[in-house]
Amino acid sequence: MRHAAAPLLLAPLLLLLGGAYVVPFLGVMRWSVTLPVPGFGQYVRLFTDPLVLSVFLRSFRICAIVTTLSVIAAYAICCIWVRGAPALRIIAEFCILVPFWISLLTRAFGWVALLSSRGLINTWLQAAGLIDEPLPLSQNEFAVILGMTHFLIPFAVFPLASAMRAVDERVLLAARGLGARRARIFWSVFVPMTRAGLIGATMLVFVFALGFFVTPAILGGGRSIMLAELVYVRIFQSPDWGLGAAISVVLVVLVGGLLALLFRLVRPAQLVGAR
Amino acid sequence: MAEIELSARGIGKTFGAFRALADVSLDIERGEFLTLLGPSGSGKTTLLMILAGFQAPSEGRLLSAGADVTARPAEARDFGMVFQGYALFPHMSVAANIAFPLRVRRLPARDINRRVAEMVARVGLAGHADKLPAKLSGGQQQRVALARALIFAPRVLLLDEPFSALDKSLREQMQVEVKRLHEETGTTFVFVTHDQSEALALSSRIAIFDHGRLLQIGHARQVYEQPANRFVAEFLGDINLFSLTDIAAADDGIGGRCEGGEVRLRPAAPIAGGRAILAVRPEHMTLAPLPGQNALPAVVERRTYLGASTRLDLRTPGGAALTLTLATHSLAGGPDRGQTVRVFWPEDRGFLLSDGA
Repeated sequence: MRHAAAPLLLAPLLLLLGGAYVVPFLGVMRWSVTLPVPGFGQYVRLFTDPLVLSVFLRSFRICAIVTTLSVIAAYAICCIWVRGAPALRIIAEFCILVPFWISLLTRAFGWVALLSSRGLINTWLQAAGLIDEPLPLSQNEFAVILGMTHFLIPFAVFPLASAMRAVDERVLLAARGLGARRARIFWSVFVPMTRAGLIGATMLVFVFALGFFVTPAILGGGRSIMLAELVYVRIFQSPDWGLGAAISVVLVVLVGGLLALLFRLVRPAQLVGAR
Repeated sequence: MAEIELSARGIGKTFGAFRALADVSLDIERGEFLTLLGPSGSGKTTLLMILAGFQAPSEGRLLSAGADVTARPAEARDFGMVFQGYALFPHMSVAANIAFPLRVRRLPARDINRRVAEMVARVGLAGHADKLPAKLSGGQQQRVALARALIFAPRVLLLDEPFSALDKSLREQMQVEVKRLHEETGTTFVFVTHDQSEALALSSRIAIFDHGRLLQIGHARQVYEQPANRFVAEFLGDINLFSLTDIAAADDGIGGRCEGGEVRLRPAAPIAGGRAILAVRPEHMTLAPLPGQNALPAVVERRTYLGASTRLDLRTPGGAALTLTLATHSLAGGPDRGQTVRVFWPEDRGFLLSDGA
């Protein structure tokens, strides 16, 4: 659609982004260099304070694990969704789409109900006499990783599905005709041909994971604090707005950098399944 | 009798209610260049996929050296295959593409490198070995596909419309190339195409398909000059058809009435019944009278200059359309539109097709 008024159609979105994100973020940037005193002191603290550094490290570690698990799980689901038998495809589609209709909060509490020391799993195992003490399944990193992975799998599915749909069936047939067996075709031909989807899914999930708040807060029990929660604590609990703002700015810059890298490596359209 | 490489016995294939192939039996001789020819939807590609092992026939058997290989999976058949659109591995270099069948067979790296280098040179890709397929022209990609399918010295090479994406001059160049590779390797080639001139130019034998049936199989010359029925005759090139009545034996052949005149011909096989279709290829008809030849009057409807040759579209007084292709130089000042001419052809150049076909 080429029309003089076409840019106007984008205006509502641009106004929303500008009003709701850009302007407030400029405010946050100002806090980071003015509170409590003008200067870059908060940024220096950010890279020297052992607590802040440990949260950064933990966040990256958890995000890396979550990303790896989500992408592997999504790859498996995608193979079934895109290339499986018709009945399996419907089941896979159901498993991918249903989580989208359930709120993040509901799903986090769902995991609490399953994993807590009085949760379903521990109760069942104790009732069955398999364990005496409840297993430490919640209020720890394990629970955070499980909850986040569960939430992020569908986001990894779309770029992967798009890449898998683009694989030319004849190329796989050719590999068979040349004497390759299934495992060989999968690892030497299929996986490399979906590389763009793997990169896209990995970066997308990592970026999402970095900003996670609700799931770590509920399933981590305050012991596995991640970056977003640290910002929350600095703003709302200990009045340390300057540090909270500085962490936010670093997080946004980091995510922005990762997204820029992502769009250099893959076309944005590949990430949402458009071709 | 040549040795049989592969033999199809009563092969049939149905997709739901659609019958793609019906009762196809043919023998593929070792070292021959067999073309499966037919319009789209005729079943030729389905047969190739069954030969390759990518599809299982609904009925019939496939024999190789006397053994039943119907159920043998594609990866265990050791047949090379060149796909329409080449189907190269987009993430691998030219050399890695060509090396793939050898890597799969776990040959030592030194052997692989030597054979790949030889093959790269043989198909004229020297200097391109490290490029990705996307950086190559269509003709070069085609060469990679051929090299990859031939490197493991397969017993049979299957080619599925490999030239359909190439322009005319490149196509002809690749035809020469494929023919050379066939002669050099001695491999059995089974080639699928819908292009009759390609089939005639390349093949030692041609199998013609229509609506899932094998209509005729024979040497290129045989199917062109002695087509089994009207479909084969028309599919293999332009042909002029006239209805022939009052067929009767004459001295040294048969005679009959055609468009109000008497004609004679020498059919390869006797024909039953008093009616048939008389078929004559346009290149066998001329305007130059010679004694003892068949002749028909016709009016020129269109004259088309084609460079070296000129095409005349004519109509007989009885209403039958016919076409002549003549050397342009022989028509200097020749007949123009509306003029009546006499068309001649030798007795031994007409053939009969049964009326019903």
